[in-house]
Amino acid sequence: MDSHAAGSSSGGSGDGAAQPRRNSRKPKYSKFTQQELPACKPILTPKWVISVFVLVGVIFVPIGIVSLRASQQVVEIVDRYDDACVPAGVTDKLAYIRNDSIPKACTRNLTITKDMKQPIFVYYQLDNFYQNHRRYVKSRNDVQLRDKSKASETDNCDPEAKTVDGKPIVPCGLIAWSLFNDTYNLIRNNETLSVDKKDISWKSDRDHKFGSHVFPMNFQKGPLQGGKILDSKIPLSEQEDLIVWMRTAALPTFRKLYGRIYVDLKENDTITVQLENNYNTYSFSGKKKLVLSTATWIGGKNDFLGLAYLTVGGICFFLAFAFTLLYLIKPRKMGDNSYLSWNRATLGR
Amino acid sequence: MAGEDDGNTTNGRRRRRTRRSAVRLSKLYSYACGRRPSVADDHSVSRIGGPGFSRVVMVNAAAGEPPAAADLLQHQQQITATTNSISTTKYNLFTFLPKSLFEQFRRVANIYFLLSAGIAYSPLAAYSSSSAIAPLVIVLVATMIKEAIEDWRRNQQDTEVNNRTTQVFQQGGDGDGWDGDAAWSFRDAKWKDIRVGDIVKVHKDEFFPADLVLLSSSYEDAICYVETMNLDGETNLKLKQSLEVTSTTLPDDDSFRSFAGAVVRCEDPNAHLYTFVGNIEIDGQQHPLSPQQLLLRDSKLRNTDFVYGVVVFTGHDTKVMQNSMKVPSKRSNVEKKMDRVMYLLLFSLIVISVVSSVFFGIATGDDLQDGRMKRWYLRPDDTEIYYDPNRPAVAALLHFFTAIMLYGYFIPISLYISIEIVKLLQALFINNDIHMYHRETDTPAHARTSNLNEELGQVDTILTDKTGTLTSNSMEFIKCSIAGTAYGRGITEVERAMARRKGAPVIPNPDNMDKGNNSGIQQQQHILSSSDSEGNNDKPAVKGFNFVDERVMGGNWVNQPRSDVIEMFFRLLAVCHTCIPEVDQESGKISYEAESPDEAAFVVAARELGFTFYKRTQTGVSLRELDPSSGKQVDRSYKILNVLEFNSARKRMSVVVKNEEGKLFLFTKGADSVMFERLSGSESAYREVTQQHINEYADAGLRTLVLAYRELKEDEYAYFDRKFTAAKNSVSTDRDEKIDEAADLVERDLILLGATAVEDKLQKGVPECIDKLAQAGIKIWVLTGDKMETAINIGYACSLLRQGMKQITITLETADIIALEKVSDKTALTKASKDSVARQINEGKKLVNASSGESFALIIDGKSLTYALEDDTKDMFLDLAVGCGSVICCRSSPKQKALVTRLVKTGTGKVTLAIGDGANDVGMIQEADIGVGISGAEGMQAVMASDVSIAQFRFLERLLLVHGHWCYSRISSMICYFFYKNITFGVTLFLYDAYTSFSGQPFYNDWAMACFNVFFTSLPVIAMGVFDQDVSARFCLKFPMLYQEGPQNLLFQWQRIIGWMLNGVACAVIIFFLSTASLQHQAFRSGGEVSDMATLGATAYTCIVWAVNLQMYITVSYFTLVQHVCIWLSIALWYIFLPVYGAITPSFSTTYYMVFVEALAGAPSYWVVTLLVTAAALIPYFTYAVVKSWFFPDYHNRIQWLRHREKAKAHPDPETSADVELSQVLRQFSVRSTGVGVSARRDATAVLRHLNVDYSQSPTPGAGVVVVTTDR
Repeated sequence: MDSHAAGSSSGGSGDGAAQPRRNSRKPKYSKFTQQELPACKPILTPKWVISVFVLVGVIFVPIGIVSLRASQQVVEIVDRYDDACVPAGVTDKLAYIRNDSIPKACTRNLTITKDMKQPIFVYYQLDNFYQNHRRYVKSRNDVQLRDKSKASETDNCDPEAKTVDGKPIVPCGLIAWSLFNDTYNLIRNNETLSVDKKDISWKSDRDHKFGSHVFPMNFQKGPLQGGKILDSKIPLSEQEDLIVWMRTAALPTFRKLYGRIYVDLKENDTITVQLENNYNTYSFSGKKKLVLSTATWIGGKNDFLGLAYLTVGGICFFLAFAFTLLYLIKPRKMGDNSYLSWNRATLGR
Repeated sequence: MAGEDDGNTTNGRRRRRTRRSAVRLSKLYSYACGRRPSVADDHSVSRIGGPGFSRVVMVNAAAGEPPAAADLLQHQQQITATTNSISTTKYNLFTFLPKSLFEQFRRVANIYFLLSAGIAYSPLAAYSSSSAIAPLVIVLVATMIKEAIEDWRRNQQDTEVNNRTTQVFQQGGDGDGWDGDAAWSFRDAKWKDIRVGDIVKVHKDEFFPADLVLLSSSYEDAICYVETMNLDGETNLKLKQSLEVTSTTLPDDDSFRSFAGAVVRCEDPNAHLYTFVGNIEIDGQQHPLSPQQLLLRDSKLRNTDFVYGVVVFTGHDTKVMQNSMKVPSKRSNVEKKMDRVMYLLLFSLIVISVVSSVFFGIATGDDLQDGRMKRWYLRPDDTEIYYDPNRPAVAALLHFFTAIMLYGYFIPISLYISIEIVKLLQALFINNDIHMYHRETDTPAHARTSNLNEELGQVDTILTDKTGTLTSNSMEFIKCSIAGTAYGRGITEVERAMARRKGAPVIPNPDNMDKGNNSGIQQQQHILSSSDSEGNNDKPAVKGFNFVDERVMGGNWVNQPRSDVIEMFFRLLAVCHTCIPEVDQESGKISYEAESPDEAAFVVAARELGFTFYKRTQTGVSLRELDPSSGKQVDRSYKILNVLEFNSARKRMSVVVKNEEGKLFLFTKGADSVMFERLSGSESAYREVTQQHINEYADAGLRTLVLAYRELKEDEYAYFDRKFTAAKNSVSTDRDEKIDEAADLVERDLILLGATAVEDKLQKGVPECIDKLAQAGIKIWVLTGDKMETAINIGYACSLLRQGMKQITITLETADIIALEKVSDKTALTKASKDSVARQINEGKKLVNASSGESFALIIDGKSLTYALEDDTKDMFLDLAVGCGSVICCRSSPKQKALVTRLVKTGTGKVTLAIGDGANDVGMIQEADIGVGISGAEGMQAVMASDVSIAQFRFLERLLLVHGHWCYSRISSMICYFFYKNITFGVTLFLYDAYTSFSGQPFYNDWAMACFNVFFTSLPVIAMGVFDQDVSARFCLKFPMLYQEGPQNLLFQWQRIIGWMLNGVACAVIIFFLSTASLQHQAFRSGGEVSDMATLGATAYTCIVWAVNLQMYITVSYFTLVQHVCIWLSIALWYIFLPVYGAITPSFSTTYYMVFVEALAGAPSYWVVTLLVTAAALIPYFTYAVVKSWFFPDYHNRIQWLRHREKAKAHPDPETSADVELSQVLRQFSVRSTGVGVSARRDATAVLRHLNVDYSQSPTPGAGVVVVTTDR
């Protein structure tokens, strides 16, 4: 290899560069540097494409059916009461709801359409309520909620940060201030169904976000009252309605857990709901609904998921079918050399 | 090797000890570069001391007594303040932070991010400030680290240079200071410690540490040889000579002790390499200095044992440093387009921000009407300005900034840094490609700037230099014609090509033929050259000599009919040159230092044919000749009386010699155009034959020279010498003409000896490479300094031209122009020339327009080019040139090369690539979109200016067709993907915001968002940018047409970019609506819990991470393990991030505290939704991809199909294997049918034209088809 030097007498610049170099700059060979790593090169062959679609269809349709069935097993009773609970003849609903002197009691009767197995979840549902408005979402102070000694930290809470005389409000901010304050009393056959309000919030919230030594202070005394008044003797970590409320909802229509009933309800049972219609949704034309619902593995009643699965599965089957058909009708098209433009010249007879 | 060769080893030592006596080159170079006080010099000397010429250097000021006043001393201190240390770094410790930050924020995107970071600290912030800043900081820090590393490398290089040592005349430090004489000597010092005024001693093969004025050298006449490769890329040696006054007084080390000192006054530091004005004052006498005495930093001392010099410029004052230009930073087209896409994104960002602000303003204004609050829970009666229902316009305006920040995920912040990482790795692949490594010169390819990788895939026109690029610039003596007989049986590349062109029945493989030829002749050679000390092995290993003819080799010429002429011919070759022999002491082998490879080839040829030139003295040359009468080797010496140098105007070179018998001869060699008219009329017996031979040689692509001589009579010579000396010594402006005149006296009535033919060998693989490149649809222009005939021949040899091509020649070598030149009326000549060029261009255009299907070649010479490149004609010229298949510009100057490059670049708007090897190509390399330097052979200048360097022209094929295509397809896919994933993410944010009445509430948690670009989606995209291969290297080369995807920019056209963006929007819509509709208000767990903002957001985020990463599986066509790992790692990272982040104290993780562990993981609906949404988001693109690949495949899709087909049918199925064969037949059709390659282009386009017609009739017209524009 290195014997070049032997016979040559250099004629040019006489560099004598023919000596073998000790450290050659020759790149090291490796599959990595030469970009020859073993690899799979998938290509959208008819076989592949059709089997992918069929496979997705085969998986999705059963999931869809199962989900749909689960959703349909859920018994859900929804009762909108915001309009119905305003006495007839009241034209200015806003004035009515704002007037503390008018009693807000209201009675609704619900008929159970299907057997409901315990536990039955009681929700209230608000429509057109922007809990996710940035001003609203930000209007809280987590430090204050968690730590007893940080009661005076009311950043972000304006305008519900301090009372008129400058004392910090705990819990401060718009979210806490506008706490939902309708109450429900469920009665079946003159027998009150006890609504369990324990554990309706996330455990992590109770344990870590809301202090067990933090008590409401200076809360809701101003002239403009938003929502519920908190019992200042109960620590925040046990004020589960507040905790639930303060988990801001993602969308303007949302439900919040009110409590659970550990009683089976029978079909055609009539539930009488004695409620206090305190919460103002009239000014922004929001709806209020009371919801009784069971739950399955998939959660509450929502056929959408199942239907979506069926639809996607169906589309896949359809596409599989369509592509198969195309493949059968125009088989030459696929995987054919005629794809290479060079061949077209001759194939275009 | 008689004479001085008696003691091989002692000889070397003796030589070193004694002062070397060398040729009186003042005599040898009497014509060209002897000392000559020119008029211009006189002027400039008078300028010394004036502005721009104020430098005063006190030679060895520290030692000698300061001869001048205090102000001079002060001046001296000032200039010594500039140390000789250099620094090429961009930053130092203190400037790094501000300077690099400034560089960073010159990017539009980064300014935007800084802006949004600023917003983050105001109450307008959509999310927490730290999470908004973090990605920016990460990106900035990463980029800055990269900068710092690069700068550190430069710094290390500088340190290495600064710490080199050289000998400086200085006082010894160790105590013997009393005795001044003993203390002063030449001691090693570091370069950085050298000061102006120091005297340094530089030894053989060392670099000069600074700009020096040469004082004296080891040669008696104080000459030295300098190699300036680092400066101008020329390999030949330059001669420098000191003033007599310094060389005589300062012959050795000791003489400096008594050197009283001198003062050099000269120009201020400047960048002109070839000028120097100054004088030196010794003992009160001033002597002018010229560039002849200046030794430049970074050039190298050669062939001279040592020199002394005084430092005049140091460090950054040196000419080379002043000259080091900033390499113009080039940006690729893809990146430029990416910027436009960025602007589009910014624009759409602003649009949706405005939309968002308007809706927000309306909603906010609605909240309080006539004192009645609508959304009372927002307390519109008591708000800050940002939500003030009384001033909704202001609120909306302020909201705009919030929106800009929130939707900022439209703009992929990590795109720039990702691209840089990817390009760096791509460059690494280029550097490490074993197929582009040249073993002979031990040079791998080197991507010097990585930001042009993808541009390599888009080249439309290649402008190439010829010598050293297409050819290897090693001249080989291959043929000669002596006394009308043609000798030499070698076959040139061109002849081979011609043979092929003429349709020789069987084209023997050149390798075989070489072997066949050689083995026969080699045998003879063996027998004949047994006396030859060289002892050739069985290959023509003599560099520069490829002559094979048994009639003259090995002394057989003695028996040829005109042996006297042959003898004279060889003698002329051995005598008439300026080479310097170097005798290897051990082996006795002789090698030559020559100004040009041509000259070396002649001397080597003479040696190989029995006329060994082995010694040059001041006054003569010594040869070892074969005496025809005795048949023995005899030593003869010839006295060189005059050398009439070669220059481009004279086109000839002569020497006047006196032989041992005292006879005077004039030996001349020169171009046929000047030589034939100087032959004596009577002695032209074989003139016609010789002329014919010369034409044949030129046809064969050889460089020819005519050799002639005459005998001079004593008195004739005396007369000439007188005139010549007088002319040389004159200082008037017409000195050159006088010398010319004198030379003309003797260079006439010459007796023709014959002609030589030297082959400038084509580099290996050049024709094949050009053929491939042509097949890839790349246009190739050759810009060469050669004459037209040679250029055309080379054009044939390297398959740029072919037989059937019509040649359009534009030249000013027409009779009428030449006639005008004689009259020398400048304005008339200019006008006539211009008209002539314009007319020729027009005619050419007509010809091109008139014909169809024919291909044309345009050949234009340098003079015409000057006119063609003028503003009013250049468009016309470009038009014509673009219409031609091949373009050859001959006799073009470096500047013209650059101008042509610019013309093509700006005129066509396409990507140009310039490739060259020498300093004369630098302009063109810098001008072109991509500059490629040939490394290894000539100097470094071209390489230093280039963006990519390769060792051989043929590597261009792989560089462009494989790496270029890959990089282009990777980068464009990668950028599209970036836009896609960020739009997907950004649009979900926007859609969600719509559900919060555009209040600017982000859908996801702050830190989760901040990590999106960095952790959850970046890896697979980078992996794609680095590893993806749409088509394997083998198929890239097999189907060069694939390359056209680049020049036509099919993979990064707006359609594709927008398509990807729409895909992003579609994905976002699907993800958002499916996930929100699935997890509405109902419970999502069996425990009855309902989803809130955190759970819904995390679910949607999960879907995005899945969809965006799995999308990769549909997009990428080449999966290595790395890619699988990257994809799954990214997804896994999200599932790691969620619980880990969720486990951190809620004051940090806020809404995502325990969101996964407590809420999501246990909810089947979360998983079910993830599956549904991911699949639904991918189906549209998947379907699209299938349809596209089945019915509207891109060219690479087609090749993928073909590959698949080939693989699937491993066992031969008669029908399909026939198909495969057919495709190959078609592929090679172009090459085979025409023999020589170029045709390829025309035929390829012909096939395609066919094709296009075909497509237009086919049911799926056009779409996705690679439509290749024809040449015109």
